[in-house]
Amino acid sequence: MTGGLSIDDLQVVFSTRNGPVEALRGISLELGDGETLGVVGESGSGKSVTAYAITRLLETSGKIVNGRIVYKGSDITRLSESDLRTMRGASISMIFQNPRAALNPIRAIGLQIADAIRAHTAVTAKEARAEALDLLKSVMIRDPEARLDAYPHELSGGMCQRVMIAIAIACRPHLLIADEPTTGLDVTTQKTVMTLLARITAERNMSMILITHDLGLAAQYCDKIVVMENGRIVERGTTRTIFLNPQHPYTRRLVAASPTPTSTIDDLARVAEAEQTTHALSARPAAKPYSITDGAILLQIRNLTKRYSSNIIAVNDVSFDIPVGGSVGLVGESGSGKTTVSRMISRLIEPSDGKIIFDSKDIGAIPARVFHSVAERRDIQLVFQDPDGSLNPRFSVFDCIADPLRKLEKLRNGKELRERVRETAARAGLADNLLSRFPHQLSGGQKARVGIARAISIRPRLLVLDEPTAALDVSVQAIILNLLDRLRREDNMAFLFVSHDLNVVRMMCERVVVMRLGKVEEIGGSSLFGNPQSPYTRSLLDAIPHFDPNGQQIKALPKANEYSR
Amino acid sequence: MSSTLSHAVWVLRGNTITTCAIFGVFCLCIFALFAPWLTPFNPLATDVANALQPPNARHVFGTDQLGRDILSRLILATRLDLIIAASAVVLSFAIGSLIGSFCGYLGGWIDRIVGRIVDVIMAFPLFVLAMAMVAVLGNSVQNIIIATAFINLPIYIRFARAEVNVKRDMGWVEAARASGHSDLSVTVRYLLPNIMPAMTVQISLNLGWAIINAAGLSFLGLGVVAPTPEWGIMVAEGARFITAGQWWLVAFPGLALMLTVLCFNLMGDGLRDILDPRMRT
Repeated sequence: MTGGLSIDDLQVVFSTRNGPVEALRGISLELGDGETLGVVGESGSGKSVTAYAITRLLETSGKIVNGRIVYKGSDITRLSESDLRTMRGASISMIFQNPRAALNPIRAIGLQIADAIRAHTAVTAKEARAEALDLLKSVMIRDPEARLDAYPHELSGGMCQRVMIAIAIACRPHLLIADEPTTGLDVTTQKTVMTLLARITAERNMSMILITHDLGLAAQYCDKIVVMENGRIVERGTTRTIFLNPQHPYTRRLVAASPTPTSTIDDLARVAEAEQTTHALSARPAAKPYSITDGAILLQIRNLTKRYSSNIIAVNDVSFDIPVGGSVGLVGESGSGKTTVSRMISRLIEPSDGKIIFDSKDIGAIPARVFHSVAERRDIQLVFQDPDGSLNPRFSVFDCIADPLRKLEKLRNGKELRERVRETAARAGLADNLLSRFPHQLSGGQKARVGIARAISIRPRLLVLDEPTAALDVSVQAIILNLLDRLRREDNMAFLFVSHDLNVVRMMCERVVVMRLGKVEEIGGSSLFGNPQSPYTRSLLDAIPHFDPNGQQIKALPKANEYSR
Repeated sequence: MSSTLSHAVWVLRGNTITTCAIFGVFCLCIFALFAPWLTPFNPLATDVANALQPPNARHVFGTDQLGRDILSRLILATRLDLIIAASAVVLSFAIGSLIGSFCGYLGGWIDRIVGRIVDVIMAFPLFVLAMAMVAVLGNSVQNIIIATAFINLPIYIRFARAEVNVKRDMGWVEAARASGHSDLSVTVRYLLPNIMPAMTVQISLNLGWAIINAAGLSFLGLGVVAPTPEWGIMVAEGARFITAGQWWLVAFPGLALMLTVLCFNLMGDGLRDILDPRMRT
C-alpha cells in the first residue's frame, strides 16, 4: 500500500460571535507508513485542530474551508458520514488527553473494548471478549482476565490510558493520532505508556502522529517533527535538526524555554527577557543575591502525619526544615502526599499528628478554621496550580489583588489601597490597564501573574507554591519561574515549591525533599540530581523525557516479531 | 457594565424566544406599575345593567356577573399577583440560599440536620401544606406570601447546597481562606455571588410557579378575597357561569395566568446565558 497520509494546504475556520477565527491557515504535511510524526506547539497553535480535522471530528462551528487530506488514496474532506464511520477506528484512530473522561464510567472496560471491535467486525460477544483479553495482554495490563470486568474508576490513570490504547488499536488501524496522551500522568507512568505506544506502533507497522507541548517527549519518540504556531507550520524536519539546529525564531524560543537536565534559571531568564521586550514591562533589575542567613530556620516540620480514616495514611511522619529566605522543593508522583503536606503547612487542613513550627511557634496547633485571624496568616501565602480555578470569576484583577490587603492589612478603599495594588501588580508584571479586567478576559500567563501578585501583596515570609506552572506553556513557564525567582530575591521570601517536574525544582530550589507514598524518600541539596541515593529518585529522574543527541530513540529499538493474529 | 449590556444584546439577538419572554415580563411589570392609568374602566365599579356581556367593542374582554370590565380587572390583578409571587420568591430565595450555602460549605452535622428537615418538608404535598398554613394563619395576602415562601424553601436550600458543594473545592475558595477570610465571609462574599447565575434561572422558573400557587389558593377561597381583582378568584367566580356558555369570565383570566407563567419559564434559560460571566468574551 502506498502513501500514508498527506495533507495539502488545509485551512480550518471556526465561526464565533466575534466573527470567523482561522484555526489552521494552510498546513501541509506528509506521513509515510510506519513513521512517527511529532506535532509540537503551544496552546492555540492549532495542533489539536489538525488532529480533529484528520478524523473529521471538528465541532459543528469548525469548517474545513480549503485543502485536502488524502489518506490511502481517498480525500477525507469529501467522505460521507458513513464512510467516515468506517474509517474512524478501523483505519485511523485517536487517543485523547484525559483517559478517564474518554472512557464510559458505567461500563466494564472489557465491554468497551469489545464495543470497538464489534463496531467494525461481525463477531460474537464471546469472540469479542477473547479479543479484548488479547488486547489487554498486548497493552501489558497486569492480571488481564480480572481487569476485563473492572470499571474505569478502579484503574489508575496510566491503566486507563492503556485501555484507551487497547481500544484504539482494536481494529488494527494504520494510523494512530495521540493527542497529548500522557499529559496529566506522572513521569514514570508517562514513560511506560509512551514506550508501550512506541512498541505497539513498531510491531504493527503503524504510523503515529504525536501531538504534544512537551518538546522532550517529541524528541524522544518521533522521527520527524513539525512545529506549529498560530495555525501555521513554522518549521519541519527530523528530530535531530530541529533540536540541534532550530531555524525559526519560534522554534528557537521553544527549545530555549524547555527546561533540560542542565539548564539554569539564568537560561530561562534570557528567554523571559526576549518575551518581555514585547511587553515593555519592568526591565530586569540587577539580580540581588539570595541572602540565606546560615542557621536561621523559618519553618520546622516535625513528624507531620495526616490520616483520613484509620487505615488511609496520606502523609506519614514527614520532617524537614525551611531556612529563612531558602527554597525547598517537594517532589513526588501523584498520591505521594506532597500536596497534602503543602496544604497542612498553609493551614488549610488539619494535621493528624506532628508539629508545624513557624518562627518558633507551633502553628499546627491552631485550628485551620480560625487560622485566618492569627498573625501568621500574613506570613504564609499560597500560589495555586490552576490559574483558571484559583481566581474568583466575579472579582476583577484589582479586587483579586486587593482582597488580602483588605482582609489582612485592614486597608480601606482609597488611595493607599490603590497604590499598593498597583505597585504589587507592577512587580508581578501586570500592566495597569489589566486591573479592571475579569479573569476570563486574561491569558493563562496573566492569570498566573494575578495569582502571584495576590500572594505577594502582603509580603509573606513563606510562599507555598503548588505546581505553579504545571498548566502553562513552556515559554510562559520560563517567564513565570523567572519572575518568582526575582521576587524571592527582592523580598527574601522562603519558598516551598511543590512540583512533579524535577527539572523545574532543580532550577528553583536549594534543597529537595522527595516523597513517595506519604513518606520522605530522600532529602538533599541540589547535588541530589546528579547523584540520587534512592532508586526511586533515580527512576523519577530517568523518566523525564529529553532530547539526547547521542542517545538512541525508543522508536529505533529492534522491532519485535510482527504481531499476527 | 456596558459589557454586560452588550453581552445581553448579543444573547438576545440569537434567541427570539427569550427576547419575547423578557418583553412579556416587561409588559406585565408595566401593567402592575401603572394599572390605575391603564384600565379603561374602574375595575371595582359594578354596572348590573351591562352584566355578562360577551366581548364587544366597548368591553374588549366582556363583563362579569356584576357588569365589571374584565380587561380592567385583569390589568389591576397583575399588580397583586406579581407582588405575591415576587415577595414569596425573594423571601424563600434569601433565606433558602443562605441556609443552603452554609450547609454546603460547612458540611458535617449542620448539613445533615438541615438536610433531613428539608426532606421532611418535601414529604408533604406542598400545595396542601400551603393551604393548611393559610387556613391556620388566617386569610390575608401576607399569609399567602409566607405560605408560598415556606413551601419554596426546600428547593432553594437544596439547590444552593448542591451548587456550593461543587464550588467549595475550587482554588479561589482556598485562596480566599489564605487571604484571611473566615468561613462566613467566604460563603457570603465568594460562594453566594458565584451561584447567582444558576439561582437566577431557578428564581425565574419559581416566579411562574408561585403565581400559580397564589392563584390556586385564591381559587379555593383562601387568601385574597372578593371583590379584590385577582386571577385565581376571577377564574373561581367565572367557573359558575361556564356551563351557561359565558366562557369569557374564565378564559381570559386563565389565559393571563398561563401566559405569565410561560413568560417566566422561558425567561429562565435565557437569563442563564446572560448572567454567566464565563460566557462573555
